[in-house]
Amino acid sequence: MTTLSSVSPMDVSSGSHVVGDAITMLRRNLLHIVRYPGLSLFTILGPVIILLLTVFVFGGTLGAGLPGVDAAQGRDAYLAYVMPGILLITIAGTVSGVAITVAMDMTEGITARFRTMAISRASVLAGHVIGNTVQAIIAVALLLAVGLLVGFRPTAGPLEWLGAAGLIVLISFALSWIGVAMGMQSKSVETASNLPLILTVLPLLGSGFVPTASMPEWLQGFAANQPFTPFIEAIRGLLLGTELGANLWLAIGWAVVIGIGGYVWSMVLYNRKSVTAKV
Amino acid sequence: MTTPAIKAEYAIKVRDLRKSYGKKTVLDGVDLTVPAGTVFALLGPNGAGKTTIVHILSTLVSADGGTAEVDGFDVKKDADRVRSSIGLTGQFAAVDGILNGEENLMLMARLRHLTGPQARERVAALLEQFELTEAARKPLATYSGGMKRRLDLAMTLVATPRIIFLDEPTTGLDPRSRHTMWEIIRDLVANGTTIFLTTQYLDEADELADSVAVLDNGKIVAEGTPDELKRLVPGGHIRLRFADAAGLTKAAGLLKDSSADDDALTLEVPSDGGVRSLRSVLDRLDSAQLEVDDLSIHTPDLDDVFFALTGHSEKGTQE
Repeated sequence: MTTLSSVSPMDVSSGSHVVGDAITMLRRNLLHIVRYPGLSLFTILGPVIILLLTVFVFGGTLGAGLPGVDAAQGRDAYLAYVMPGILLITIAGTVSGVAITVAMDMTEGITARFRTMAISRASVLAGHVIGNTVQAIIAVALLLAVGLLVGFRPTAGPLEWLGAAGLIVLISFALSWIGVAMGMQSKSVETASNLPLILTVLPLLGSGFVPTASMPEWLQGFAANQPFTPFIEAIRGLLLGTELGANLWLAIGWAVVIGIGGYVWSMVLYNRKSVTAKV
Repeated sequence: MTTPAIKAEYAIKVRDLRKSYGKKTVLDGVDLTVPAGTVFALLGPNGAGKTTIVHILSTLVSADGGTAEVDGFDVKKDADRVRSSIGLTGQFAAVDGILNGEENLMLMARLRHLTGPQARERVAALLEQFELTEAARKPLATYSGGMKRRLDLAMTLVATPRIIFLDEPTTGLDPRSRHTMWEIIRDLVANGTTIFLTTQYLDEADELADSVAVLDNGKIVAEGTPDELKRLVPGGHIRLRFADAAGLTKAAGLLKDSSADDDALTLEVPSDGGVRSLRSVLDRLDSAQLEVDDLSIHTPDLDDVFFALTGHSEKGTQE
């Protein structure tokens, strides 16, 4: 085994390799998606079905109920109204995916190996987060394409599109950290797939599908003050020219808070949890 | 900086290591030293705390008390430096089941920050060495247990760590794969690597280790070379089998301290296993014209040592 001595142990200063290690971990996660696209397909196709259902089944009636909409234009009006909410559901849906991936990873011996190596711990998790953000962007793009096919007509100019895209990336990135933390928190893969469902429900309990003014008063209070309402209103404002108000800044603020919260939560769990898997 | 000027004389130094999980004390003051470039085997029944020690030394788990130095660095204060000196191959396969063998090794090479050409060369060499070249691009699901374990170890060796922890490296392997693994371990030691091995196979410790420690109930109950440990235990004997009860009775009267088994027609005579004592027994039987049907010599093995030290046999306490 003379060749074994050909490479000496690395002089490790883990700080300088954070980005490189994160890219390595990202490549690994993307390779996983390519090998087993099932989970990703599911998280992308689910929202497409919700979009088609809400527009073609419920859209006519729901759209007619929107304030200031002619009953005959109901379906198109509802498509425009519901699109931002569906985009947020799409992003929230990918969070389940990353939570499952992380939960599965934590039971694998490979995670223990990573923890005994001189690689930045943030890199391992960042690889999951960036991988999921990429997935979320692909999913959102696909949803928008389907929306355009069935008649979604945004009024946004190039600047607004850029703003919306930036906001979507920021929200996806922030929610992915929550997904990683939830995956790490879960004792089983089943819990990991269920925990993020809370996030998928939030667009429904905000202004995603109906104006909050139509809700009972106690629910209005919650709907107005939860993060998904400014997320939806900001994207709606950018894409469709509705009143933005403070929503853009509120959305950015919420995303930053959620992102930092998810990051801290994930890192605390990653450092504390030992892999207990035994075969 | 705590960087020592000279390379640590001891690869591993553990003092009064303590760890409990809730009310259960797993390690109750463990002391160990492993000289650099040697093979150290930690023996103990399941639940004795072997894996916990490995996890503490490889920075996976932190101890409640005591100190542990690996390659001269404190596992708590200098965890990152320890990590750059060690490699761990655990009892569960630390491989990525979705990637193939080559991709697993490339992943390790990238995380060890080898350049592209360096990485490809290294990966090809390791695949060759561990007889995995043919299976390099096949999914891991098609790998046998032995192949997975070899890949696991190859991944650990991508960066030639100075100290390698092998947590039950041959558990569950067939005899041929076990011997292959032993060969690999011997080659590593020949290249100056320090090996910290846990095992439930006493013959494995006997075969590979320069020094052995026996862990029971969170404490080291014995330490030394395999030979030193064997000397702790009496139990070497010569077993003689006779054709009939008459011969057995006569021989039993002739040989002092012997114990007879009337049903099996055998007689056990205490012996150090040496030629001299064997000859004296045979001479005396000869002069009495006693015919021996069968003869065997028993030297104590680590299994006897284990039983004598812990009061229970290793094999009997598996979960």
